[in-house]
Amino acid sequence: MHNIIAIFKKQLKDTLKNKTVLIQFVMFPVLTLVMNNTIKIDGMPENFFVNLFATMYIGMAPLTSIAAIVAEEKEQNTLRVLLMSNVKPREYLLGVGSYIWLACMLGALVICAAGSYTIHESIIFMIIMATGILVSLLIGLAIGAWSKTQMMATSISIPVMMIFSFLPMLSMFHTGIAKIAKFTYSEQVSMMLNQVSSLQLEVNNVVILIANIFLFTVLFSFAYKKCGLD
Amino acid sequence: MKNAVTARDISHSFGTNRVLNHITFVIPSGEIFGLLGPSGAGKTTLIKLLTGQLKQDSGYAELLGKDTKELSASDHGQIGIMMDSLGLYDRLSVYNNLAFYADIYRVSHNKIADILKGIGLYEARNTAVSKLSKGMKNRLSLARALMNDAGILFLDEPTSGLDPVTTREIHSILREQREKGKTIFLTTHNMFEAESLCDHIALLSEGSIVEYGTPADICRKYNHLNMLRVTLKGGEIISLENSSASALQMKEYLERNAVETIHSTEPTLETVFIELTGKGLD
Ligand SMILES: Nc1ncnc2c1ncn2[C@@H]1O[C@H](COP(=O)(O)OP(=O)(O)OP(=O)(O)O)[C@@H](O)[C@H]1O
Ligand SMILES: [Mg+2]
Repeated sequence: MHNIIAIFKKQLKDTLKNKTVLIQFVMFPVLTLVMNNTIKIDGMPENFFVNLFATMYIGMAPLTSIAAIVAEEKEQNTLRVLLMSNVKPREYLLGVGSYIWLACMLGALVICAAGSYTIHESIIFMIIMATGILVSLLIGLAIGAWSKTQMMATSISIPVMMIFSFLPMLSMFHTGIAKIAKFTYSEQVSMMLNQVSSLQLEVNNVVILIANIFLFTVLFSFAYKKCGLD
Repeated sequence: MKNAVTARDISHSFGTNRVLNHITFVIPSGEIFGLLGPSGAGKTTLIKLLTGQLKQDSGYAELLGKDTKELSASDHGQIGIMMDSLGLYDRLSVYNNLAFYADIYRVSHNKIADILKGIGLYEARNTAVSKLSKGMKNRLSLARALMNDAGILFLDEPTSGLDPVTTREIHSILREQREKGKTIFLTTHNMFEAESLCDHIALLSEGSIVEYGTPADICRKYNHLNMLRVTLKGGEIISLENSSASALQMKEYLERNAVETIHSTEPTLETVFIELTGKGLD
């Protein structure tokens, strides 16, 4: 626990100096606040921008930032040196992971506040966000573990995050895409976010989410076994 | 006294590339041990094996009384390491780099200022690492290795690429650490460093230890390399073996009053190395 907190603190100090990661955390929350308050079109569903940007936030911020952070630590050899002190790989992953999870939850809170939700709805909104961010973190960790350099992590995470964050939007316009998109966690999250006031989870929603978590955990384990943390 | 490090018949390959060949040596506690060898000799690989970052193909190595293949995270807390890639956090300040490791090692932050003063980085404590010179980064990396007050330090080329002044500063820090009873394993290309700093050295060439001993002993052993360099008044330079065989010729020069200067060129680690391997250290 001690080491996890130390890593958490270091990560916080580092992010404040790291514009590329920082912008990931704040861009969508700010965008949501601005759009939601300025653009009002007749007939637009309630909380349209909130749901749209919340889904994109989940697909982008946690995934790209953790992949970049882990890959950079490998590239710069800071991770190797860290693991040669009394830090275990698990502690490092938990430290960085919990940090990004919390940072993204703060962003999610801002997005949530931008919407017009009751307290009860807000709680459900945040629980959905928490789950989505967690799945994204797993994907990002798998990419980070696989990549030798930050460049490599970026080039993998950009297409991956595009797929997951844009699928829900595309499936609004295309039923064919929707049929496939249904199996992604981001589409599931997006659907749930659209019904926070009367959320009715069916078995297949839960199964798809768990299958996603399982799949990305396996992918991460594979990348970790193959490449380790150096 | 007990040995801090024991290496017995260690061999290691990367694929088909045999990098270390039957390496055997010990480092008594409280010594500075220098591993001297040119680029590619296998120095960094040996450090990685001894600190458990890599597992050797064959042979046995012991650190802190434990098989290096079985070192745990808490064992790693008992050693200080400075790697060739320094592994510093570029965006964080000098102070925050050490503060992080102080947290990891559960050391009071009060200690950071003392360490920074000792290593001459106190004035730069708020500077981001990315803005430091190579020498300052090396010193910071050394400072971090000292953070947990470990009994044994592994330093991979701690002075490579540094100016003579900074090099001397680092040497005096290392001697200070030895005074405190620390064991130091360092690698270097620099024979002066090895000669002036190390209690024992091993010469590593293409993965094999070709000579081992104190710097003075090694040089004495190769004293047949000791030559007399005579510069005559005409400017001519003559090399003579430093032995009775040269006495007659010397006598003649001296009688003719033809000698401008005489130097004896005792073997240095560099000349010994060249004698042994046919190659230089750079
Ligand atoms: N991870 C690796 N995979 C494959 N080959 C490697 C690896 N690490 C080192 N080598 C090879 O092992 C040999 C020894 O490398 P090593 O880094 O130990 O040398 P060194 O003595 O530390 O050199 P330098 O003075 O340049 O740091 C080199 O030929 C190098 O190419
Ligand atoms: Mg090396």
